[in-house]
This record gives sequence, C-alpha cells and structure tokens, in this order.
Amino acid sequence: MSSLRFFILSLTLSLCFAFQSDELLLDDDEFGLEGGNQQPPRSDPHFPSPSTPAPRKRFTESSSSDSKIQFSLHHAFGDSDFSDAGNFSARLKTWSHGGQTLTKLRFSRNPLTEEEQKKFQELLQTDDFYRIRLPSNVLSPPGRDYIISSVKARCLPGEGLEEHFVIHTEGVNILAVNYGAPGACPYPRQLKRPARWSFKSHTILKNSEQAPRTPIFAEDVLGGEEGEGELVKPVERSFWAKYWMYLIPLGLIVMNAITQAMNMAEEQVGGQGGAPGQQQPGSAGQRGSNAGVRRR
Amino acid sequence: MVWESSLPGSKASKSILYIPKNLKADKDDLILVYGKGSLNAVSGVDGEVLWKKDFSGESIEVSHIIQSSDVIYVTGFVDSSKISVYGLNAKNGELLENNHAALPFGTFGELLSVSGDMFVVLDEMRSKIVIVHLRNGEISYNQKHISDLTKDLAGQAVILPSRLPGMFALNINSYVLLIKVTNQGELVLVDKVNNGAAVSDSLSISEDEHAFAFVHYGDNKIHLSVKNVNDWNHDLLKESIVIDHQKGKIDKIFVNNYVRTDRSHGFRALMVMEDHSLLLVQQGEIVWSREDGLASVVDVTTSELPVQKEGVSVAKVEQNLFEWLKGHMLKLKGTLMIASPDDLAAIQALRLRSSEKSKMTRDHNGFRKLLIVLTRAGKVFALHTGDGRVVWSILLPSLHKSEACENPVGLHIYQWQVPHHHALDENPSVLVVGQCGPSLSTPAVLSFIDAYTGMELKSLSPAHTAAQVIPLPHTDSTEQRLHLIIDDKQHAYLYPRTPEAIDILKHEFSNVYWYSVDADNGVIRGHALKSNCIQEAVDEYCFDFRDLWSVVFPSESEKIIATMTRKSNEVVHTQAKVMTDYDVMYKYISKNLLFVANAAPKAAGEIGTVIPEEAWLVIYILDTVTGRILHRMTHHGCQGPVHAVFSENWVVYHYFNLRAHRYEMSVVEIYDQSRADNKDVWRFVLGKHNLTSPVSSYSRPEVIAKSQSYFFTHSVKAIEVTSTAKGITSKQLLIGTIGDQVLALDKRFLDPRRTVNPSQAEKEDGIIPLTDSLPIIPQSYITHALKVEGLRGIVTVPAKLESTSLVFAYGVDLFFTQIAPSRTYDSLTEDFSYALLLLTIVALVAAIFVTWVLSERKDLQDKWR
Repeated sequence: MSSLRFFILSLTLSLCFAFQSDELLLDDDEFGLEGGNQQPPRSDPHFPSPSTPAPRKRFTESSSSDSKIQFSLHHAFGDSDFSDAGNFSARLKTWSHGGQTLTKLRFSRNPLTEEEQKKFQELLQTDDFYRIRLPSNVLSPPGRDYIISSVKARCLPGEGLEEHFVIHTEGVNILAVNYGAPGACPYPRQLKRPARWSFKSHTILKNSEQAPRTPIFAEDVLGGEEGEGELVKPVERSFWAKYWMYLIPLGLIVMNAITQAMNMAEEQVGGQGGAPGQQQPGSAGQRGSNAGVRRR
Repeated sequence: MVWESSLPGSKASKSILYIPKNLKADKDDLILVYGKGSLNAVSGVDGEVLWKKDFSGESIEVSHIIQSSDVIYVTGFVDSSKISVYGLNAKNGELLENNHAALPFGTFGELLSVSGDMFVVLDEMRSKIVIVHLRNGEISYNQKHISDLTKDLAGQAVILPSRLPGMFALNINSYVLLIKVTNQGELVLVDKVNNGAAVSDSLSISEDEHAFAFVHYGDNKIHLSVKNVNDWNHDLLKESIVIDHQKGKIDKIFVNNYVRTDRSHGFRALMVMEDHSLLLVQQGEIVWSREDGLASVVDVTTSELPVQKEGVSVAKVEQNLFEWLKGHMLKLKGTLMIASPDDLAAIQALRLRSSEKSKMTRDHNGFRKLLIVLTRAGKVFALHTGDGRVVWSILLPSLHKSEACENPVGLHIYQWQVPHHHALDENPSVLVVGQCGPSLSTPAVLSFIDAYTGMELKSLSPAHTAAQVIPLPHTDSTEQRLHLIIDDKQHAYLYPRTPEAIDILKHEFSNVYWYSVDADNGVIRGHALKSNCIQEAVDEYCFDFRDLWSVVFPSESEKIIATMTRKSNEVVHTQAKVMTDYDVMYKYISKNLLFVANAAPKAAGEIGTVIPEEAWLVIYILDTVTGRILHRMTHHGCQGPVHAVFSENWVVYHYFNLRAHRYEMSVVEIYDQSRADNKDVWRFVLGKHNLTSPVSSYSRPEVIAKSQSYFFTHSVKAIEVTSTAKGITSKQLLIGTIGDQVLALDKRFLDPRRTVNPSQAEKEDGIIPLTDSLPIIPQSYITHALKVEGLRGIVTVPAKLESTSLVFAYGVDLFFTQIAPSRTYDSLTEDFSYALLLLTIVALVAAIFVTWVLSERKDLQDKWR
C-alpha cells in the first residue's frame, strides 16, 4: 500500500515536473497538507543527518536545473534537546542567471512517540514552549546556525494538534520560520488536551516581495505648488470661522433688537386700535407673538 | 584662502603636520604632511605636492619628522621595540639611508621629542626611561631607572605629552617629576610636584626664554605657576584659583602671554577640565568659562519640574526687599528712559528671570521641563527648557577613573522613578548606566541621581556587564521602574534589588520577552526568562534566559544596517482608521514590532562604491515575541545609510536609490485584518465583536501592509516623529537634514493611500494628490534660520497640552522648541484679541440690560393701558 502510494506520489510529482518549465516564480507559495500519521516517503528515519548534506536527486529524467532536496525539522519540549520531528522536501530550482529557489514544499511529520506525548502533556500543564528548529541553509544543514521558533504548547491543540509554518527563504537559505497555530490563540491560554496525537500541518514558502516603485511623473506635475497650496490653505479660513465669536453675540444683539423693534411697532399698532381691541377675544390670536399681551 | 590641497592615501594612520619655522607665503618652503601612510612634501607657495614617499608598505608607525638642512628624517617604532629612521632627500624625497636599532625591551607610550634630535620613551615595565638620540640618522640610546632619579617613588609612570625644550614631565602616582635632559643625554631631576595635574607646552617669550605653565592642587585650590624653563627658581607667575568641584580635574592647560601695562610679561591660561569645560584664567580669576561638555551629548531624558507648593511665593524668588526695590527702581529707570546700557541689560535679565517660561515649577500646559543630558565626559546636566540654563550639573563620581574602572563611559540615561502619587514630597530620579571601558565585556556602572537637586542618591558597580538595559512596563509601590539588565553571559539582572520587585516580576514572569540584534553575524534572537541563575553564589535577582526564536540572515546577501522599534511610552489614540468610503481599517498596533533594514554586503559602504545591480535593501517588520516576519520587502538598486522611525502602525525610512540617483523615503503601514469584520453596527449592539479580547502574539496575525516610496531631496542625519500626550494630534516627521537643520514634514505626505487624482471625498479626508517627491517647504524648518551644528539626534517629548510636542535637537549645538503639528487647536493663539472679546461681552450685557429695561417699560405701559 505504502509503496503504491509512493509510486503515485512520485508519478504525480514527475508529471507536475514535466510542466515545470513554463511555471512562474509566483508558484512559490504552496500549501502542503499532510496528516502527521502518514509515513514519510523515505523509510530512513535518520535522514537527513548533518553528515550527508548533499541534495539528493530523485528524478533522473529531469533537466539539470532542478533537484529535489530534503531537510529535517527538529523539535524540543521546553528546554530539552532537539530531536527529529519530520522532514521537509522541496524542489530546488536553478535559474539560468544562477539564482536558486525552493518550490513545491512538502512536509511529513513523524508521529509522536509515547514519550514525546508525555512530554507534550507536561508542556500543556506548565504552559511552556514547544520549540522547533530548521537549518538556515538547506543545501548544507545546519548552515550558519539553526533557525529557532517557539510557541506556547497550549496554542497547538485543536481537533488534533494543528500547526502552521511560514518559511521565509532567500535562495537556498532559510531566514526565519513563523511557527504557530493556524488560527488565534487567545490569552489567557486555556488548558485543552488534543483528541488525537497527530499533527495537522500547513506549510507555506515565502520569498521577498518587491517594493513598489516610486512613482515618476513628468516635471510639470512636481510637488512644488503642492506645498504652497498646503500653506495657503489655513489662511483661507472662511469669514465665519474667523469671526464666529463676534458674529454670534452680534446676531443675538441684532435679533434682540429686531424683536424689540417689532414689539415697538406692534405697540404702535396696538396703541392705535388698542383700547377697544382689548375686549375683543380674537385679537389675541393676531398678536400671538406679543409676549406682553399673552402675559395678561 | 591661498590654496587648498587634498592628499590621498591608502591606509589609516595618525597624521603629522610639520611646518618649518618662519614660513612665509612667498618663500618656497616645504610643508611636510604625514597622513594615511605616506609622507607628502607640499610646496608652501601653491600647495602642490612636490614629492611623496609611501610608508604603507613598511610596518613603521611614524611618530616624528625632523628636518635638517637638506635631509628629512622620519622616525618611528616598528612593533614597539625597534626604532627605525628613514633619511630622505628634501629636494626629491629620495631615500638616502635607513637605520634600525632594536631595543632589548618593548616600549610603552609614544616617543616624545625633547630637543631637536633627542627623544624619550618609557620601557614596557614603565620603570626605565629610554633616551633616544638621532644624530644624522644614527640611532643611539641609553636608559635610566626612574628609581635612580628619585628613591621614594614607585608606581606606574606616564610621560606627559607636553613639549618643553630640553625637558619632559613624568607622572608617577600623584607626583609630577620635571626632568631635564642635558646635551650629553643625562637626566637631571629638576622638580617634584605633589598633586601635579597638567603641564603646558612651552611658549617662547623672547629670543632664548621659554616659559611653561603647570598646575597642582592644594588646599581646595588650584595653583598655577608659570616658570622659565632655564631659570627654575624664579616664578614668572604664581596664582591660585578656586574652581567648582563639579568640573573635575584639569586635563590640559595652554598658556598664552601678553604685555602688561607695566611692560612685564603677563600670562593667561586656558584650562580644559575633566568634564570638557573650558576656563580662561588671568590674574588669578576665571575670566570666562564654557560648558563645552554639552557639545557631546550621549543620551537625553526629561523630568517634570516640581509642583508649585503653597508656601513658595514670588517674594522668595525676589530674595529680599532690597532686591525687590532695586528691581523696581531699575524698571522705573527703564520706563523713564534714563537707564544706562548696563541697567538695560540688568532689566532684561530681570525680566527673563521672572518671566513665566523660566520658572522652576511645573506649568499647566507642561511646557516647562528639565532636560537631563548625559555627556561623554560622564557629566550629567539638567537644562531648563524655558531658557536653556543649567539648573544643576554633576560629574558622576561613579564614572570617575579608578583602579577597578579604568576608562568609564556613560552609555544611557533612563527615567528611574517618576512619582505621580507623591509628586509633592518625592523627587523623580534618573538612572545612568555606564561601563568601565569601551568594550561590552567590561563591568557596568549604575548611578541614581535625584532629578531636582542633582545629587547622586546611590551608585552601584555590579560585577556583571550591561549589554542591554530593558525598562519593564511595571513600577513598584514607590513608583520605581523595574529594569532588566542583560549581561554578556546570558544572565538577566533585575533592578531595583528589592523583594517587592521580585514579586512583581514573578507575577509577570512568563510575559517578559526581549530581543537582541547581533549585527556582525546577521542574527536576531528572541529571549524569555527561564529561572533563577544557577551559579555558586545565590542571587535571587539574577535570572537565566533562553532563546525562543532566531532569524538568521544569509551573510552572503544581507547585512543588518539599521533596526528601529516604537517608543515604549508612545500613546495611540485610536486603533480604528476611517477610510473615505466610511470603511474602517484597524491599525496593527503592537509594542513588539521591530523594523530591520538589511543591505547587500557589498553595498554596505559609501554611496557610489557599487553599481545598482549589486545593491539592494531588504526591509523586515518582525514581531519580537514570536519572531514572526510580518512584512518583508526588497528595494532593488538601493542602499543605505538607512534612517528609520517607527510609530503607531507605520514605519518611515530613508535610503538612497542608486538607479534614480536620489534619496528616497518609504512608508509601510500595517493593518490588522482580524478585526476587519467589526464593521456591522449590529455586532456591536449584540456584543459579537472581538475588540475587547486581549491580543496575543501567538495568534496568527492577519495583517496587510501598504507601502509607497517618494523621492526626497536631502540626505538625512536623524529622523524623529512628534509625540503628544494623547496621540490625537496628527503627526509630523522631524528630519535632521545634512545642513544641520530640522525640517517638519507632515505625515500626510507619507501616506500610502495617496493617489494621482484623489476624489472629492478623499480630498476632504486630507489626502494629498500623489507626487513623486516630497515637498520641502522652506517655512517648515522648525529651526528657522538657525543651525544645530553637528546635529546628531532629535528627541520629542509630549507636553501636557495635547496639541503641542516639545522638540530637543542636539549636536555640537543644542536646540529646543515646541511645535504644534495641527496648530494649537486646544488653546487660544497669542494674537487672540482678549480686549475685543471682553468688549463684546460688556456690549452684550449692556444690550441685555437695555432690552430688559425696555421690555419692563413696555409691560408697564401695557398694564396701564
């Protein structure tokens, strides 16, 4: 069964490989999704040991520009020593201009042994760190140094154990690995035991992005006037904005005066027809605005 | 200027300038210049290099040039035990002879010239004086034990670098020995001065008379003597001066003569003190003094001034009644225009002193503060922001040279205790961290200083080093801030060393993270505390830590050239940013962000040394808790130097674009996508939002980064951003330009959302149409017409008034101002007409009164109707 799967896998890979030639560089980000229980394609669990750094070619029919390489993931529980945890396999693409890039990352994790499960339980209890490391150079591991990343163990348990790798590469070098749970890990971290002791792993390869180019305009759109406009703006405060503190009291005075004037005018009107009008009940409506009348 | 010529060379070396006596512009004399590993003969007429002799191939360290009639002798040491002399033809620089003499021992210090062809130097045990004689290029030497000259002195001797004809000065313990060298090469002890301090070079006062000055200490005074080199018993001048203790010892003394009114020789001495201040002494008095130590500011922090207490009144400031009366008399004179210029100056000083801005108390707006600066000489000054005067200064005793600590240097200054609850009866204090010597492996020195009085409260000289100092965001009950000091042996030490501090740290033990940058190896590591130190001596304030993460940059393609973090005390007003389409973006605000700029190793040098294809700049934004790379971007064809500033959710950095041959500034803004769903009002009503949940760095961040680059005309010395009390006011970038000025540039110009044709809504939102370069508006130089010579850094401090930010720029000059990036919207401007406002109110009240009277009268009329 295992051999059959291996055959299919290699077939699909090789098929995939046949179309590789016109593949874009953008292909770098690739999702590898494999269950932790799955056996790694290689039966040798010690691979790759640091003493065998050479990349292994697996496809004899491939052009010389491509090769398949493997590098291993080590893990540690709290402050324990690092031990093998799984293997990454990727395709190393050599470009005509000499650059090399990693593509098609796949990951297979070794199942956790009884002892490791016990250690992990301890980590969960003490809310300690689960640590992983990768070589900083995939061709000659460990390169200059190992890339270390840690996560609080309590972040990982979900259905099973869920992990998410973002591996930042530069050619054959690994700069950093963002390791953690695929989703949120809210604080305070609750103690939760995984239902299954198998890892569900997501891996992404990431390369550097190009910075956006500085916009270049023709000379006539240069920012000279821009600045001046910026300066002139505050001067162009509206009349209202400048003098509101005087205008409001002025308005009040004016309104007051108008009311007064109207009162006076009505006084006159009222005065003319005043004496008889007082007995007329309808006149109150006409002088609705006159407060003095209403007060009576 | 008659001429100027620049001399190229291959290797770095010390430079020596040899100018023949009585050089005249029209005479064709040779000026000999040694520098960059080669000797150049420059014509005195036009500055042309007549000949050049390269010594960079030889291993000689040239220390002296001697010119006899037509042979030039160049002498120096090879490996400190072999003297080498080269004789060169003065006409063409041809090598005539080359002599060596190997000493049977090594030497200490430099070769000091005593007379034309005689030199002295100490042997490596510092117990013998070696007299070297160069006669016509022939080397001969003899030696003499110091103990033969004086019996009772033992210790490490040092030859003082003062040039005296036929003499030299030797310092042993606290004694200065003045030793005469006879023509036969014999040494004669002339004088022995206890507590000697410094000896000047000699000064010729007449044809064959040479005078020199030396100082020694005694009964709290400094005694200055000027003597004739040949006539030892007679003093030309003897003075004693009292100098402030805070100036320390005398480092150097220079002497200058003048003719007195009675036609005798007078001398004035310029003294360079230990704190780098200058004093000019004449007739036993300090004529003037300059605090030149302030030109080498290392680090700056601020402190609030004391709260105004009830009891302190103006009368206390005015000293006494007499002073008060005198002051008023002066002012009266001033108003009556009968004041003399002196009086006017006095009035001015009086006004300045009593003016609001130079008061020694805290003000309502928080404009008055104390700037506490640490200088390279190990002196701490407190400067008043109102008028820049020195409120107090202290030459730190703990940063004094001692047996245990040979070359102490001050490194950083931190706010140690900032009392809020007990602001009335407790003084704030600052922490000065230094180390004994330039390398990181020398032990640390800690000193705690009261910020109001300038007294050293206590000092510690712990055994560990101080590779990194981390102020923690926790304070104890006395409001002392907890600090972790990381040494170079993977230990972290907690300060203050109190049980309470331990308790606080234990509580937050698992939440303390920090990072370290190893720029030489291109590695950044993250750390967390692990446990108490495991070592012989139990120290519960010592902790081990572990590495949590590491980022290893490939050494063949990247080299770390700049890193930048957010200021730990920065305040962010709101996380939400409303876009023009009434959409909300959430700023990714984390205190644990680090900006890293890496350049191609080839392009790490100066601009112009590489072609654009070989240069690139990679920038990273890292989370320092987990080591995640949140954003990574490559600028091709660009190189450093990179200057960056990080604030809120954005970083702005400045670099050089080789392809465009221009400087550029880029902005990167980071937005949090995990909170982007919180837009629906109903979610808020029903409480289904995640805005109140705590943010954890261990969650996978969903961030997007927006960036944009713009050309910028100037090269930059420093970048800083304004900071205000609540973070509401819009930000301005403060750019220290190459012309030593500070330019304020609105952050809106560096907005990644700028488009070529902003819509009406965007314009209303303050988005400026996209341009390729950033405008430099001459009016926005906050230094106006002034120059901050040798600008090195800019510090911004929030005032209490939200609209205002205080800016301190330092270099050789110091500059302080307050700026309001969005104008002073929360206070009335100075030109606001209070009189008009008052008039309006009065008119209003009058109008109300009048109308009220009118209405009453009408009422009455109505009633009478």
